[in-house]
Amino acid sequence: MKKKTVYEKIYLLLIMAFFYLPIVYVIFFSFNASRSLTNFTGFSLRWYQKMFKTRSMMESIYYSTVIAVIATLVSTVVGTIVAIGLSKSSKLIRTIVTQVNNLPMLNPDIVTAIGLMLLFSTMNIPTGFGTLLLAHIIFCIPYVILSIMPKLRQLDDNIAEAALDLGCTPFQALYKVIIPQIKEGIVSGALVAFTMSFDDFVISYFTTGPGINNISTYVYSTTKRINPSVNALSTIIVAAITIILIISNLVPLIRQKRSAHEENY
Amino acid sequence: MKSFRRLVYPYLVWAGLLIVLPMLIIVFYAFSTEGNSVIPVLFSFENFARFFSDSIFMEVLLRSIKLAFITTVVCILLGYPAAYFIARLNPDKQEIMVLLVTLPQLINMLVRTYAWRGILLNTSFSPELKVYIGMVYNFLPFMILQIYTSLSKMNPDLLTAANDLGCDEKTAFLKVTLPLSVPGIISGITLVFLPAVSSFFIPKLLGGGSYVLVGNLIENYFVTTGDWNFGSAVSLIMTIVILVSMYFTKKFDYDKEAI
Repeated sequence: MKKKTVYEKIYLLLIMAFFYLPIVYVIFFSFNASRSLTNFTGFSLRWYQKMFKTRSMMESIYYSTVIAVIATLVSTVVGTIVAIGLSKSSKLIRTIVTQVNNLPMLNPDIVTAIGLMLLFSTMNIPTGFGTLLLAHIIFCIPYVILSIMPKLRQLDDNIAEAALDLGCTPFQALYKVIIPQIKEGIVSGALVAFTMSFDDFVISYFTTGPGINNISTYVYSTTKRINPSVNALSTIIVAAITIILIISNLVPLIRQKRSAHEENY
Repeated sequence: MKSFRRLVYPYLVWAGLLIVLPMLIIVFYAFSTEGNSVIPVLFSFENFARFFSDSIFMEVLLRSIKLAFITTVVCILLGYPAAYFIARLNPDKQEIMVLLVTLPQLINMLVRTYAWRGILLNTSFSPELKVYIGMVYNFLPFMILQIYTSLSKMNPDLLTAANDLGCDEKTAFLKVTLPLSVPGIISGITLVFLPAVSSFFIPKLLGGGSYVLVGNLIENYFVTTGDWNFGSAVSLIMTIVILVSMYFTKKFDYDKEAI
């Protein structure tokens, strides 16, 4: 039995090595003194310097962030409103919206992407920042609705009705009674929207215009030649995600400890 | 409360215009060709005839299906033991392992694929093998997490019961654990096979352009040559292939449940 668990641990270790090998490799070679991606010739920060000096690279970080933030805000607000409306709608409307929302979630990204590209061109809308942002909002909303709907289904209708009977306006009932109860769903919807938007390549690639690149389309456009500054860019993304994860995991832990501490006294 | 119903109406217009209409435009483009000066568009099956009459296109489609299929199978074979072993750890260790599997997924997919280029430059692997490594790397976490979720929902008392009733460990696994994890495998397949069929940047980044898949074909017709009619037809054919294979996967799931 004991020997068996050792094998299991070795297996998991190998899988983790597979997952983290390229990440470690990229971080390591981002400090390489030479252009090579295979020979480490000495420590240097020149690729970081070059990255900060390359305007198009810094712009891609800027566009990725701005688009993800705006798309998350808009899709979360719209998605929440639509989800609440849906929970009060007839079954027919609910089925129609769910089926339509399934289209971008089940279709391959490339189909959604060319559909939007053809739409923009048919309507003579020039592609650029606007179409890129619009595309991101379009594919984020269904995910937000999807993560809020289960919470709304668990909701007791009588509580909102009681609020109305006690003199709340429908709007007050909405933000004082319904929204606090579905908060968890809204937060997870927003998180999904942000990661989907920040990570997206395929839809961005087909809906963006000249000169507007996010991180994904920028990396794709540089692959024809070796560009070690991409390693520096990757390292910074890895560092940022690790820091965010550590903070988001530590904060609840500290809070828990503090409340446990307060309970003791 | 019924007044909230009205909140949905603007979205119906939005979804009709921005989700349904684009799909209809693809169908419209696929079934038409550029006409002459009198009639600007002509309805025709020419794009489909062109696809099925040239063996190169069929080859590309079959290659994509094969790539997606093998990627899915390898992900199940590597991912199932991983998910199973994770599910057997202590609860707090399980949490850490799930976090470790999720973490690389949070890093941009393009960046992760780019990372493999450097490593694979050192090797003399064929372009095909390089693409396979990149595909499995990108999709394996989905498979592990889906199977793990279904395994961790399993009631451990079932195994004790199987043991009490005289099952040895192997039989208990085959008769209890494995059937109960089938839903996880099925949703893993959906999450791997579906995007794998249409993937186009992994083959391009790691295969160096010599390994053409259906996604590359679509990209090529839309971005490089600008033949949108044919490109639309190719993506319609691909969508149908995906829908059919999803139908059979789901059907398999139901049949299993019926037993």
